[in-house]
Amino acid sequence: MSALTAVPANILAAGTNNGAFVTPSISYAAIAPILIVLAAACVGVLFEAVLPRGQRFYAQVALTLAALLAAFIDVIAIRGHSVVTASRAIAIDGTSLFLQGTILVLGALAVLLLAERGVEPGSAIVAQAAVVVGSPADRRLASSDRVQTEIFPLALFAVGGMLIFPAANNLLLMFVALEVLSLPLYLMAGLSRRRRLLSQEAAIKYFLLGAFASAFFLYGVALLYGYADSANLSDILRAQNTSTQSDTLLYLGFGLLIVGLLFKAGIAPFHSWTPDVYQGSPTPVTAFMASCTKIAAFGAILRVLYVGFSVSSWNWRPIIWTVAIASIAVGAVVGLTQTDVKRILAYSSIAHAGFILMAVLAQNAQGQMDVSGLSSSLFYLAAYGLTTIAAFGMVTLVRDGNGEATHLSQWSGLARRSPLFAVTFTFLLLAFAGIPLTSGFTGKFVVFRAAYHSAAPLVVIALIGSAIAAFFYLRIVVMMFFAEPAEDGPSVVIPSALSSIAITVGTGATLVLGVFPQPLLDLADHAAKLRG
Amino acid sequence: MNAAHGIQSAAWLLVVLPALSAAFLLLMGRRADKWGHLLGAIVPVVLFGYAAMLFFSIKSESGQGRIRDLHLFNWIPVGGFNVDVGFQIDPLSLTFVLLITGVGSLIHIYSVGYMSHDEGRRRFFGYLNLFIAAMLLLVLADNYLTLYVGWEGVGLASYLLIAYYYNRDSAATAAKKAFIANRVGDVGLSIAIMLMFAYLGTTSFNGVFAGAGNLSHGVVTAIALMLLLGACGKSGQFPLQTWLPDAMEGPTPVSALIHAATMVTAGVYLIARSAPLFNLTETGRTVVTIVGAITLLYGCVCAFGQDDLKKVLAYSTVSQIGYMFLAVGLGPGVYAIGILHLVGHGFFKAALFLSAGSVMHAMNDRIDMRRFGGLAKVMPITYGVFVCGYLAIIGFPFATGYFTKDKIIESAFDKGGTSGWILGLAALLGAALTAFYMTRALLMTFHGAKRWEDDVHPHEAPRTMTVPMILLGFLALVGGGALTFGGGLQNWLEPVVGKPEEAGVHTISPTVLLALTLVVVAGGVAGAYLVFGRRPVPVTQPAGSPITVAARRNLYADAFNESVLMRPGQWLVRGLVFFDNKGVDGAVNSVAAGFGGGSGRLRRIQTGFVRSYALSMFAGAAAVLAVLLAVRFS
Repeated sequence: MSALTAVPANILAAGTNNGAFVTPSISYAAIAPILIVLAAACVGVLFEAVLPRGQRFYAQVALTLAALLAAFIDVIAIRGHSVVTASRAIAIDGTSLFLQGTILVLGALAVLLLAERGVEPGSAIVAQAAVVVGSPADRRLASSDRVQTEIFPLALFAVGGMLIFPAANNLLLMFVALEVLSLPLYLMAGLSRRRRLLSQEAAIKYFLLGAFASAFFLYGVALLYGYADSANLSDILRAQNTSTQSDTLLYLGFGLLIVGLLFKAGIAPFHSWTPDVYQGSPTPVTAFMASCTKIAAFGAILRVLYVGFSVSSWNWRPIIWTVAIASIAVGAVVGLTQTDVKRILAYSSIAHAGFILMAVLAQNAQGQMDVSGLSSSLFYLAAYGLTTIAAFGMVTLVRDGNGEATHLSQWSGLARRSPLFAVTFTFLLLAFAGIPLTSGFTGKFVVFRAAYHSAAPLVVIALIGSAIAAFFYLRIVVMMFFAEPAEDGPSVVIPSALSSIAITVGTGATLVLGVFPQPLLDLADHAAKLRG
Repeated sequence: MNAAHGIQSAAWLLVVLPALSAAFLLLMGRRADKWGHLLGAIVPVVLFGYAAMLFFSIKSESGQGRIRDLHLFNWIPVGGFNVDVGFQIDPLSLTFVLLITGVGSLIHIYSVGYMSHDEGRRRFFGYLNLFIAAMLLLVLADNYLTLYVGWEGVGLASYLLIAYYYNRDSAATAAKKAFIANRVGDVGLSIAIMLMFAYLGTTSFNGVFAGAGNLSHGVVTAIALMLLLGACGKSGQFPLQTWLPDAMEGPTPVSALIHAATMVTAGVYLIARSAPLFNLTETGRTVVTIVGAITLLYGCVCAFGQDDLKKVLAYSTVSQIGYMFLAVGLGPGVYAIGILHLVGHGFFKAALFLSAGSVMHAMNDRIDMRRFGGLAKVMPITYGVFVCGYLAIIGFPFATGYFTKDKIIESAFDKGGTSGWILGLAALLGAALTAFYMTRALLMTFHGAKRWEDDVHPHEAPRTMTVPMILLGFLALVGGGALTFGGGLQNWLEPVVGKPEEAGVHTISPTVLLALTLVVVAGGVAGAYLVFGRRPVPVTQPAGSPITVAARRNLYADAFNESVLMRPGQWLVRGLVFFDNKGVDGAVNSVAAGFGGGSGRLRRIQTGFVRSYALSMFAGAAAVLAVLLAVRFS
C-alpha cells in the first residue's frame, strides 16, 4: 500500500531495457487464468465446427462454465502473486487478481442466464442470426429450440479481454484487450431471439460508438507515446518528471485516453449508448455487460490513474469531478421519466458509475492519491455486479406472449401474482438505492467515506443524486405492490435451476455483503495493491 | 439505605401484577367480559394484603432502617449516563401504596356494582388496573426517571378513563383538556430531570439529594420550580387547575380514585419526596405556598357557584390539594402534615364521591343538584356516608379534617411574619368557604323539597356499592384521629421528610386558633343554611350576583385560557398548516416537479440517432480536453 503513494521511483522498481529486442520472459503461472479462458474460447470455436448441432448447446455451456470455474480456481491459487511480466506489459497484482476473480464469478453467473432454456424454448438467444428479420424462415425458427451457440465462445473471448484489460500495464496491450472484449460484445448485443430489429439496432449503435471511442483511446495512446517515448504506464509516469516534451502532449493524450475508457464504463457524457444497448440486447447479455464490462472498464481506469498518472492527479481531478457529477445527475434525473425497466436499470448503472468514479478522488493527508479509493471501488464493483446480475436475471422472468414484458405499466400489481418475485426484486432495488442491510449501502458508504476528505461537496451531490434516484426505484416498488394488476398482464415464469442459481447467488450476496461485509472489505483492502 | 430482603424483595409484584392484569383484560377482548371485572377487582385487594405485610416488615425496623432499596435492573447504561430501575420502599412510599391499594380496593369493589349495566365494564377495569400499576410505579420509583414513567402512565390512564364514554363529545374534550394541561406540567418535570442530569449526572433520589447541596442556589431553585410546574399540572393547581373539574366526565369511581384520592395528589408526593431539594430553596418553597393559597381559595369560590354535585366536589378537591401544597411549601417539619391531610382527604373525598356516585346511580345519571332534594329519606345509607365525609371535610370536631386541616392552618400562622399572616388568613378563610359550599351541597342534595324529574325513582344502591361506601365513611370520620394518635403518621414519616418541628413561639395560641377555626366554620355552615336551607331551591339557575356568575364560570379561567392560549394557538396552527402546505410541501413538490421537468427535457437528448450520440460524445471529449488544457495553461 505504501508503495502506491510513495514516490514514483518505487513503483518503477522493474528495470527498463533500451535498444535491442530481447525475448520477453513470461510468467505463465501469473497469466494462466487468461490463457485458460482464451484457450477454452478457441476450443468452443472448434466445437462449432466438429460437433453435431444437437450437442453443441450443452457442450458449449459445459465448456464455458468449466473454463470460467477453472480460471477462477486458478486465480485463487495464485492469490498473493505480484509480478509484472511479458515485457512489463501485464501486471498481475492484488487489484488485477481481485477484479479477475470478480469478473470470472459474474461471467459464470451471466453464462447461467444465457444458458437458461426454461423460460423460453431455445433460450433468449436467436436461433440463427443471419436470417432476415420477419422472413418466413425467421418466423419458423423463432419457435424452434435452435440456438446460435457461437455466443458462448464469444462470451469467453469477451471475458478473456476483460481479464487482460484491468491487468494491462502497457497502453497498447490495453487497447488490444479493449477490442478483444468489445468486438464479441457488439455481436452478442445483436443476438436477441425476440425484438430482433431492436437488438440489431443496439448492436450497430454499440459498434459505431465503440469504434468512435476506440479511436479516441488510440489517439490518446499515440500522443502519450509521443510524450513519453513509451506506451508503458510506468514509463509514462516517470516521464512526467523527466520528459522534455511539451506538457500539452501529455494532457491531450491523457484526455483522449480517458474518454475512451469512460465510454466503456458508461459515464456521462459518454453514456449515450448505454440505455439503447441495455434495452435492445438480450437481457442475459445486458446483465453480462452491466456487470463484467463495467468492472473491467473501471479496472483499466483505476490502473491508468493510479499507476500512470498519480503524480499529475491535481491536473485531472477537475475532469473526474465534472464527469462524476454529470454521470450522477444524468443517471438520476433522466432515470426519473423512464418507463422501461431495463432502461431504468441502465440509467441506474450510469449513476452508479458516477458513484464509483468518486473513489479515485480519495487523497491522503499529503494530497497524494489514497489507497482507500482503490479498495472501496473494488468492493463497490463486486457488490454492484452481483446485484446487477440478479436484477437483470429477474427481469427475464416477467413475460407475456411477446416475450419479456419490460414496460413499467406491465409490472403493475405484480406482487399479487408473485409475492416472492416482488419482494426479491424490491430488495435488489433497495440495494441499488443504497438502503442499509444491503450491499448497496455498504458500497456507497465505503466509497463516500473514502472520497469525503478530499471531495466533500461531491459526496453531498452524490447523496442528493442517490435521493433522486431512489424515486425511480421506489416507483417500481409502488407499481408492483400498490397498483391494480392489468387484465392481460404478464406473469412470472418459474425458471430452471440455471437462472435460479444466478439470481439466488446475486441476491444472497447482496444481503450477506449488506449484513456482514467485513470479510470482503478486508479482502478488498488486502487486494488494493498495484504494480507498475 | 439498606437492601430489601424477605418479602420486601417481591415488591416488583406491586407494579407487575396490575400491569399484567390490565394487559390481560385489554387484550382478551369480549371473551373476558363475563368475569373480567372480578379479576380486575381482586388484584388491588391482593396488592393491599401484600402492602400490609410490607408495612409490618418495615415497621419492625427503626429510623433509617425503614428505608429499603430494591434494585431491579439496569435500564439505560449509556456511557456516563446510567439509570437503574429500582424501588424505594420507605414510610412515604408505603403510605401511598397503602392508600392507593386500600382506597383502590374499595373503589374497585364499588365499581363492580356501579358499572354493572355498562357494556365496557371489562375495559373499565383494565384501565383501572393500568392506573394502579402506573401509580404504584410512580410512588415506588427510586429515581426521577422511573418516577416519570409512572407519572406519564397515570396521565395515560387518567386520559383513557376521562374519555371512557368516548362517544360523548364533552368527555372526549375533557380528556383532551386534561391531557394537554398535564403535558404542560410534564414538560416542567422533564426539564427538572434534564437539569438534574446536566448538573449532577444522575437522576436517582439519593444521588440528587446528596449532590444538590453543592449546586448554586439558582439551579436548585430552577429545578424546584420545574418540579412544581409538574406537580401543578398533575394536581390541578393554579394555573393548570382547569382540567380537573372537567375530568368529572369520567365515571364516578374514577373521579373518586384518580381525580380525588390518589393521582391528583401525586404533585404533593413529588414535592414531599423532593423535600431535600425544597429545603435548600426559600424561593421555591414560597412559590409553592403561594400556589397552594391561591388554589385553595380559588377552589372554594368556584365550588359554591356549581350546580353539578360532582363539580362541587371537584373544585373542593382543587381547594383541598391547595391546602396540601400550602403545607408542603411551609418547609421542614410541615411535610408530614401535608401528607397527613392527603391521606385523610383520600378517605373523605372518596366517601363523598362514592355517595355522589350512588346518588347519580339512583337518579338515572343526573347530577344537577337543583333536581335533587329530599334524598335523605330515600337513600339513608348514602346520606349517612355523605354526612361522614361532610363532617370530615369541614373539620367538625374529632372528624378527620379537624386533625389534618386545622394543623395546616396552625402551621401557616406559625410561619411568622407578614407571609405567615397572609397564608394563615387565606387558610382560615378557606375553611369558612369550605363549610359554606359543602353545606350548600348537602342541603341541595339531601334536604328540602323533592325536585326530581318525573321519570326518576331513586333507590338505595346495591350492597357491592354500599359496603365500600360505609367503610370509607367510617374512615372519613375516624381516620384523621387514628393517624394522628400519638403523632402516629408524623413519626412514621420522619425518616423520609424529617422531624416535625415544634414551633418555639406560636403566632396565635393553638387553643385560640382552634376556637377561631370552629367559629368561622360554624359561620360558614350557618350562612349556607340561611341562604339555601330556609328557602326553596329554584329548579332553574337564577341570574345571581356578579360573584356567583364569576364562580359559575370558574372565575373566567377557562375564558382566559381560551382567549389567551387556545385561540392564538389555533391561529398559529392554521398558519403553520398553511406554511406546511404551501411553503414546505410547495418547495418539495416544486423541486420534484423541477427534476421531473428537467428529466423530461434531458431525455430528449436521447434521440435514438447514433449520429447525435456521437456528437454528444465528441462535445464531451472536446470539453474534457478544454478543461485539461485550461488546467495546463492556467
